Order: sequence, then C-alpha cells, then structure tokens
Amino acid sequence: MCSPAARSRTLLAALALGAAACRGPQSALDPAGRGADRIATLFTIMAVGAAVVWLAMVALTVFAVRVHAAPRVERRTALFILGGGALVPTVVLTALLVYGLALLPELVAPAPAGSLRVAVTGEQWWWRVRYPGPDGRTVELANEVHLPLGQAADLRLDSADVIHSFWIPSLGGKLDMFPGRTSRLALWPTRAGRYRGVCAEYCGASHALMAFAVVVEPRAALDRWLAHQSEPARPPTTPLGARGAALFLADGCGACHAVRGTPAAGTLGPDLTHVGSRHGLGAATLPNDAGTFARWITHPESLKPGVHMPAFGMLPPADVRALAAYLEELQ
Amino acid sequence: MSQEPPDLEPLAEAPSDEVQRGQRERLLAAWKTPTGWRSWSAVNNTSIGRWYMMAAFCFFLFGGVLALLMRIQLAVPNNTFLSAERYNQVFTMHGTVMMFLFAIPMFEAFSIFVLPQMLGARDLPFPRLSAFGFWSYALGGTFFCASLLFNAAPRGGWFMYPPLTTRYQPGIGADFWLLGLSFIEVAAIAAAVELIVGVLKCRPPGMRLNLIPLYAWYLLVAAAMILFAFPPVIAGSLLMEVERAFDWPFFDTARGGDPLLWQHLFWLFGHPEVYVIFLPSVAIVAMIVPTVARRAIVGYSWIVLAAVGTGFLSFGLWVHHMFTTGLPGISLGLFSAASEAVAIPTGIQLFCFIATLAAGKVSRSVPMLFVFGGLASFVMGGLTGVMVALAPFDFQAHDTFFIVGHLHYVLIGGSIFPVVGGIYYFYPLFDGKLLSDKLGRATFWLMFTGFHVTFLPMHLTGLRGMPRRVFTFAPGLGFDRANLVSTVGAFILAAGVLVFVWDLLRSKKTQPTCARNPWNSGSLEWLQEMPDKPWGVRSIPEIDRRYPLWDQPNLMRDVDEGRFFLPDAEEGKRETLVTSVIDARPVQCLRVPGPSWIALYAAFFTGGAFITSTFHWWKAALASSVLALGAILYWLWTGTAIIPEKETKDVGLGVTLPLYVSGPASVGWWAMFITMLGDATAFVCLVFGYFYYWTIHQDFARAAAQGPGLLWPLLGGGALVASWALTLLARRANRRDRAALFYASMLSAVALAIAGSCALIAGPSRTGLDPTRHVYPAIVWMLVAWTVFHVGLGVVMQLYCVARRAAGRMTARHDIDAANVSLYWHFTALTAFVTVAVIAGFPRVA
Repeated sequence: MCSPAARSRTLLAALALGAAACRGPQSALDPAGRGADRIATLFTIMAVGAAVVWLAMVALTVFAVRVHAAPRVERRTALFILGGGALVPTVVLTALLVYGLALLPELVAPAPAGSLRVAVTGEQWWWRVRYPGPDGRTVELANEVHLPLGQAADLRLDSADVIHSFWIPSLGGKLDMFPGRTSRLALWPTRAGRYRGVCAEYCGASHALMAFAVVVEPRAALDRWLAHQSEPARPPTTPLGARGAALFLADGCGACHAVRGTPAAGTLGPDLTHVGSRHGLGAATLPNDAGTFARWITHPESLKPGVHMPAFGMLPPADVRALAAYLEELQ
Repeated sequence: MSQEPPDLEPLAEAPSDEVQRGQRERLLAAWKTPTGWRSWSAVNNTSIGRWYMMAAFCFFLFGGVLALLMRIQLAVPNNTFLSAERYNQVFTMHGTVMMFLFAIPMFEAFSIFVLPQMLGARDLPFPRLSAFGFWSYALGGTFFCASLLFNAAPRGGWFMYPPLTTRYQPGIGADFWLLGLSFIEVAAIAAAVELIVGVLKCRPPGMRLNLIPLYAWYLLVAAAMILFAFPPVIAGSLLMEVERAFDWPFFDTARGGDPLLWQHLFWLFGHPEVYVIFLPSVAIVAMIVPTVARRAIVGYSWIVLAAVGTGFLSFGLWVHHMFTTGLPGISLGLFSAASEAVAIPTGIQLFCFIATLAAGKVSRSVPMLFVFGGLASFVMGGLTGVMVALAPFDFQAHDTFFIVGHLHYVLIGGSIFPVVGGIYYFYPLFDGKLLSDKLGRATFWLMFTGFHVTFLPMHLTGLRGMPRRVFTFAPGLGFDRANLVSTVGAFILAAGVLVFVWDLLRSKKTQPTCARNPWNSGSLEWLQEMPDKPWGVRSIPEIDRRYPLWDQPNLMRDVDEGRFFLPDAEEGKRETLVTSVIDARPVQCLRVPGPSWIALYAAFFTGGAFITSTFHWWKAALASSVLALGAILYWLWTGTAIIPEKETKDVGLGVTLPLYVSGPASVGWWAMFITMLGDATAFVCLVFGYFYYWTIHQDFARAAAQGPGLLWPLLGGGALVASWALTLLARRANRRDRAALFYASMLSAVALAIAGSCALIAGPSRTGLDPTRHVYPAIVWMLVAWTVFHVGLGVVMQLYCVARRAAGRMTARHDIDAANVSLYWHFTALTAFVTVAVIAGFPRVA
C-alpha cells in the first residue's frame, strides 16, 4: 500500500523513464524538426486511442465469456454488431483521417523558394552530398549533412545505383531515392544539435552500415562551415602527411577520390578534400581517426561487406600509416 | 440435367446388416489407400492433405530456425554471428518461406484435408490435381530452401526490389526466387482452383449457398483472392527473370524501364496475400467459436458480407506499401482512407464472434485459449495497422522495426495462433486421438509470452530509428536493450513451438481413441469415422440446416447406416456427388480417380523445367518441358472425360443421375473457367505494364513510332480470331455428329492458329524491334510472346480433340474435351485481340 503522493511520484518516474526511453540522436519520438514533431504528436494520440480500444475489446470479450446467454445481447445483435463493428470504427477512423490527413499538405509541400538546397545521392553504401553555391560552384562532400536551424532545407534526392531511402528520424519522415529520378524533401529543423540519418530501404550487403551525420546549426555557423568546405585542401604540415600526400597520388587513389587542390579528381568514391573534419568514417559508422583510416585502406571489406573499394593490403605498413596521417590532416 | 430429389428424407428403415456389410466392403475396396511404397501414389484428399500439412509444417520450422538465427545476430550490437550476406540471405528466406512455403500452403493443405469432410463429400473433384500441386510444392520448396545450404540463396528481400535484384546481385540467388517461387505459385493456384470448384460444385444435396459452413465461405473468398492476387507477381517475376536472363530492360531506368512497376505488381499481390493468410485463420475461429459457445454463430450473413468485403477492399490498398516513394498527396490520402476502411469489415467479424460468445455458454478448452490469445494479439496488430495506414505516420514508421512488430502481430496473432488452435481442435480428424490438454496449455502460454516479449519492444526500437533488414546495429543509439529482450522472447516462443511439436510427435498408441465428435460440434466434418474408414462419409446426407449435427435429428445414425445417397460402390469406382452452384441440386454422380503415379511424374518434370532454367541449362529445361507436356497429355488422355459404361446411375433415395456431363454442368468446365480467369489476370498485368510505361515516360510514346506496324499484327489477329471461330464450329459439328466437318474445321483452325502466330511475330521482327534496346520493344515482344505461347497451347488442345474423336474417346454426346477447349479458346481469342489492339492500335490513337 503506498500513499497517493508516493504513487504519483512513481507515476512521474515512470513517465520520465518513458520519455528518456525515447531520447536519442536517431529517435522519431525525440523530434528536433517540424515534420518529426507533428508525427510524434500524431503517434501519441493514436497510441493512447489504440490502448483504449484494445482494452475495451478485451473487456468486452471477457464479459462475453463470463456472461451466460445474455438475452439482451441476443435481441439486439444487429445493433451490437453494426454499432460496435461498423459504426464506432467508422466514426473514430473518420476523425482520425480528418486529423491525420490534414497534416499531409504540410509534410509533402516543397520547401519555399530560396531555401538552402542540398542534393544527396544514395550510393552503395554511402551518401554523396552536394551544396550548390550561389556562384554556380558546387561544394561536394560525403556522409554529412548540415542543415540550418529554424529554416527550411530543400533536399533533392536521387540514387546512383539501387533504391535507397533518406531518413533523419529526428527531423522528419523518410523519402525513397530512385535511380533516374529526383525527388524533393523539405525538412524544418527546430533544435540545434547532432543527429543521425540512415538508409531505410534495403539496398544490398551493407545496408546496415549506410548512415550519415546530421548537424543542425544556425545559418551563420552553417555558412562558415560551408565556406570552409568549399576551400581546396590545405597542404599537409607534417613530414608523414606530406609523404602520404605523395603516396595518395602515386598509388592511384585519385582515380576514384577527389582531393580538391591536388591532381586527385576521381568521382567514383567520396570526395576526400576535408575528410578529416567529418564526424565519422565509412558512412558515419566508424570513428574518424588514423587507425580507422589505416584499417579502411587495407581491409575495407572487413569494415563494410561488399564495399566497392578494392583492398590495399599489399601496401607496406609504413605507407599505410603515411596515407592515414595525410587523410587525417585533411581537416 | 438436374432433377429435384423426389424424397429428401433418409430411408425410413435401415438396410439390413448384411446389406450394410456388403456396402462397407465394396466402399472399402474402392477407397482403399495403397500400402508400402505404393502409398506415395495415393491421391485421396486425406492422404494429400496430410502430407501437404506435414510439409508446410516442416517449412514453418525451417523458417522459425531462420528467425532464431536473425535474433541471435541482433541480440547485441556489432555482432559477428552471421556475416552481412548470410544475414541478408536469412532474412530474405525467412520472409519468403513463411509467406510462400508455410502460410498459403498450410491453409490450402488444411482445406484439402477438411473441406470434403465439411461438405459431406468423399473427395475433391480433381484428386490428381491436388497430388500434382502437392508434389510441385514439395519439390519446389525443398529446392528453394536448399539454396541456403549452398550459399546461393536469394538475398534481395522477399519483396525483391529491382534494380538491386536485376543488376546489382550477381549469382543465381534471385533466379531461385523468381523461378522456384513461380513454380510454387502455380501449384498454389492449382489448389485454389480445386478448392473453389470443391465449394461450388461438391456440396451435399440441399446445402444451399446460405447454409454452407463459414469455413467454406472464407475459403471461397481466400481462394478467389489467390486466383487474382498471384498472377500479378507471376507476371512481374516473368518480366524480372527475362530481364535477368535476356537483358530486356523492364526495370532499367536507363532504357526507359521503371523499378516502380515491380513495386506495383508485387504489392498488388503482396497486400491481398496478407488477407489470404488471415481469412482462412478467421475461418478456423468461425468454426471453433460456435462449438465452444454451444450455439449457432450470430450474424452469419454479416460475417459472409464482411469476408467478401475484405476480399474486395484488399485489392485497393497496395499503395500503402509505397507511401514513401514520393507519390502525389492525393494518392496518399486516397490510399490512406481505403486502408483504414478495411478495419470496418474486420470489426464486424470480431463483434459477431463476441456476440456469439455472449449469447452462448462458453466451455473452456485449449483451442479456445489459442483463439482468445490470437485475437487479442491480432487486434493489437490491427490497431498499429490503423496507425501505419495513415501516410504521415508511415513516413516515419515505414521500413523500421515498428513495421516488423506490426506485421508479426497481424500474422502470428491473426494466423499462427488460430492455426495452432485449429490443429488442437481438428486433430481427432487426423488419427482419432486428442492432443494433450496439459501440453496444449504449456504450448499456449510459452508461445503467447514469447511472442509478446519478442515483438512488443520492436515497436519502440523502430520508432527510435532502427530500420528493418539490417544485419547489425551500432551500440548506444537506444536499440541495445530492446533487441536483447526481443531475442530472449524469440527463444521462449520457440520453446512453445517445441512443446507443440512434442505433443504432435509423441506416441499416442496407448491413448484411447476419442469420441467421434469430441467437442460436440454441429458441423459435418465430425461425421468422419476413425480409423480405417477411408471413404469419408458412409452415405452423403441431405442437408437443410447450418449445423446439421445439432439440428437434423439422427443424422449421424442415418449417414452411418447408409440411409442417404451413394451408400455403396457397386461398380468398385470412387464416386461423389456433384450439385448445382447456388441451391445444391444433385446434377451428376462424379467418378474420381484412385491412386496414380502420373501426377507425381508430371510434377517432377514440370519442376525439372523450372529448376534447370534456374541454372540456365536451356536444353535440359526444354527436354524437361517436353516430358512434362507428355506426362500431362498422358494423364488427360487416360484419366479424364472417360466415357462411362452406362449413362446414368441410381444414387439412392430414388434419384438417378448422369455419370457424364459436359459444359457448365461439369466440374472440368468450371476448373478451366476459373484457371483462365487467373491466367487473364496475369495478361492484364502485362498490358497494365505497357500503359504504365506510356503514362510515366515520355520516350515510350516516341519509341512507339518504330513498330510493329499495322499490317502483320492485324493479319495475325485476324487469323487467330478465325481459328477461334473454327474451333467453335468444330465443337458444334461434333455435337451434331458430322465427323467430316469436325475434322475439317478443327484442322483448319490449327493451320490458322499457326499462321496467325507467325504473323504476330513478324510484326515486331520485320520492323526491327530489338527487345534489349529499350523497354518499348521489350514489352511489345512480351505481349506477343505471351499470346503466341497461349496459342501454342491452344493448338495442342485442338489436335488433342481431333485425336480424341479419332480414337473414339470423344463422341457427339460425350464432348467434355471439345467444350473445355472451346472455353480455352474464348480466352485465347480475347488475348490475341487485346494484344493486337494494344501493340498495333494504341500507337495510332495515342
């Protein structure tokens, strides 16, 4: 037997626990964007409604089993069946549809003109991200998306190979990415912070390892970041890094990867101009450090099954260290 | 042909004991199941149904083991128990096996076993077709599962979305899926045809459509849904396999194709599929509920209407699987509303069951436990279904573990629990024993607990952002604990299944045979005697109540003493009654075949053709196809449309019925008609493909200027329509016994059919349409190929009729062959007409 005060404390604790259970950088129940917020509210309403309906159905069944040949039910069967099975659901579902579908126009509307535009291409198993600049030049990077706080972002999504799906649960719903077709998604971040996006459509071997970092920051900070990203790579400052830079070109890395400001201009793989500054490696699934770079160069298959990058396990360990140091310096 | 039985009452006096003994001996001789290795040649519905169920249950256990492998892998983050590709194979196989090798076959198997008993029939109308379906399924399923052992299993997901499956997954995994499953789907359609004809034509006299057991109604709806839902995925598989094998670019955007067409075709199948699984399970519930409530079901007509309504609605919901593909808002709204609407017929059915329970006196039993547990879980799945049917919420929930949770609540709650309950309920029909009450309760509580512990947390994992179909996940994102709980739950669920398997397998030799109608049910299947009475019902009763065992006094006694129809097998033949579709007036005494190996051979050769195609061994595939065709022709020649030794037979109670009928009165005509409806659906899907490309892609219309021209398609179409007209003329000539006219017109029809096919091919070929260059020539060639293939079959049928008449196996009066071939040609002529109108006519008017 606990006192009412204790009981309400327990209830509060349970609620807090429930809320905490929803937190996370990838949680649709911890919204940081307008779309996610609307949908989380919709879910809460539906979840409460569903619980009520379920309890009512179970209670009704228990009653039906316990009661012996209730003559009243027998006499009014049609009313009972049509009322409970058709009328009540029709009323409830109509209300739900009116409320739920009213959200649709806002959720599918394109971002207003002048919004920050970001083009994202899904590729097995990473994300090519491009910010078209005002001067017509495009800043290309990979696996990291920065979005402006309190403003709409106009995302243009497509795919280079199979179907992927672009999803940042904290900010809003997902949208599939098709080869040969560009779809538009508008996101309105409302809370600054770092979030995580993932591919939601099964896309082959390493579908599980296709994530990206999302940073929501004020527009000014975003512009500074973008200006930095648009610069060519800084030349390495350490001797090891400089050796790595030379090896990068000599070993043919530039055939697939671009490092702006150097002769490396490949487009098959991710742009590495500022790879050292990113929040993760291997499509935001690994820490960004020299050790990971080294492992990625020598054994990419062990980090990402099915990866299209060939393994460079034959390189001498010293060369691998130099390459890793160089890449880490590409801040 | 049909006649009203002059006396609907059973014989007032039982035949003498001696007469009864003689009747029983002759029935036993006619219906004896072969023994030893010959027992595999059995075709009777009880044998086939039993094997079919055992095979489906084995596949269920296999799919369950796959599920456990996945749960082990996902127990902790960054686990390395399974490699990525292995996991991807396992989840693909789990979904595919559970859907195609367990859920659908299980309900068909169960129905093959129990439907004739429920309808007081001795067998289904086409026992060898059931056998063919079973052997095809067993062979195809085993072959498909074996791919996992050789590390060659498909890994594109059970939904197989291109272009991942067409261009980015080398190896033969996808071919296993496309060909192996198409083979099984054909078997599933065969069973559906059989069951539809069984319900419509093989009922006991007097059992009008408004009196049939609810199970039969649900079965009718589900089988009809199979008939219209499977052809889209078969057509899609055909397109995808041709793209994989011959590079015709149906789903390749670079050459005008569209991967979304596959999604439409797949979900046009995939969504009704859910209801095909769910409705038969509700059917079991609808049989158990009145028994435990000890009263007739409340709202019979409402339930029937709701089941039919669900069937119709389920074909209008497929787009809710595609809400995140970027469709316009208006489609999202419409399909959201339609998806919500399906909750209404479901609600009606549930309230009918509750009303029945309230109006009756409920007795507690293991089957009832499963029914309650299943429905409570199913309602939860239905409520999350209402959530995801709403497009805005689906934007978040789609392709996450929330959906995994939702669909397992629907399928396990709505299907597995009722099926296990159904097995506890119907088990006495298998071997006259009851399963253990104690083990049944243990099974239930373990399964029920394990199920909720596994799948309830998944809703949360999904909304916290965990996508589906991931072989691993990163720690610290809020997925860790919930996944571990799910894994623990999965093993509790598996323990429950294990107890159930033990209950099934444990020796019951010492256990006494249970009472004949142990649950005191009111429906006919409990007339069956056990053991060693392979004939089903001793005599086929006249029925005028929905619960005859409750409401028709002395029914069991009268049936057992042979006071009704067909109490004897005077000629030593297997016989059952055929009645009219609506009011079940007896129209024919149908002789059904006994044990035979031919169905098994036909299935193995057909399977051989599909299996060798998987490995692209085209020569072996061709050889196997020819053997399969030969086996089927031999089967038809020796075993169908047999002219009986006498025209009519006295079936008892003063009723005399013909032994041979043709046209719409015959079961064969109905089977052909129903099969062709399914076939036409697949063709419509291909035509839909043509117009889909035309609507979506500008360059498709431009490409249409290149061919195939007007001349050749029109010539071809004209010749094929003429061939159809001559086939009809031949049928009429045969009926008037004008042999010369029959042969002349049928052979001219053959010549015109061949000429028409050549002309049809000449269209795209003379205008130089290359099917690998662009999707336009590819779809034109596909429509032509489809038509020519059907005409080819039609030619075989025309020649078959000629040979039958020449051999004296078809006469003016006995013309089943000609009647059914004419019916086939109605559809073929329509196919040819539509093909020509589309490929030659449409480019002109577009």
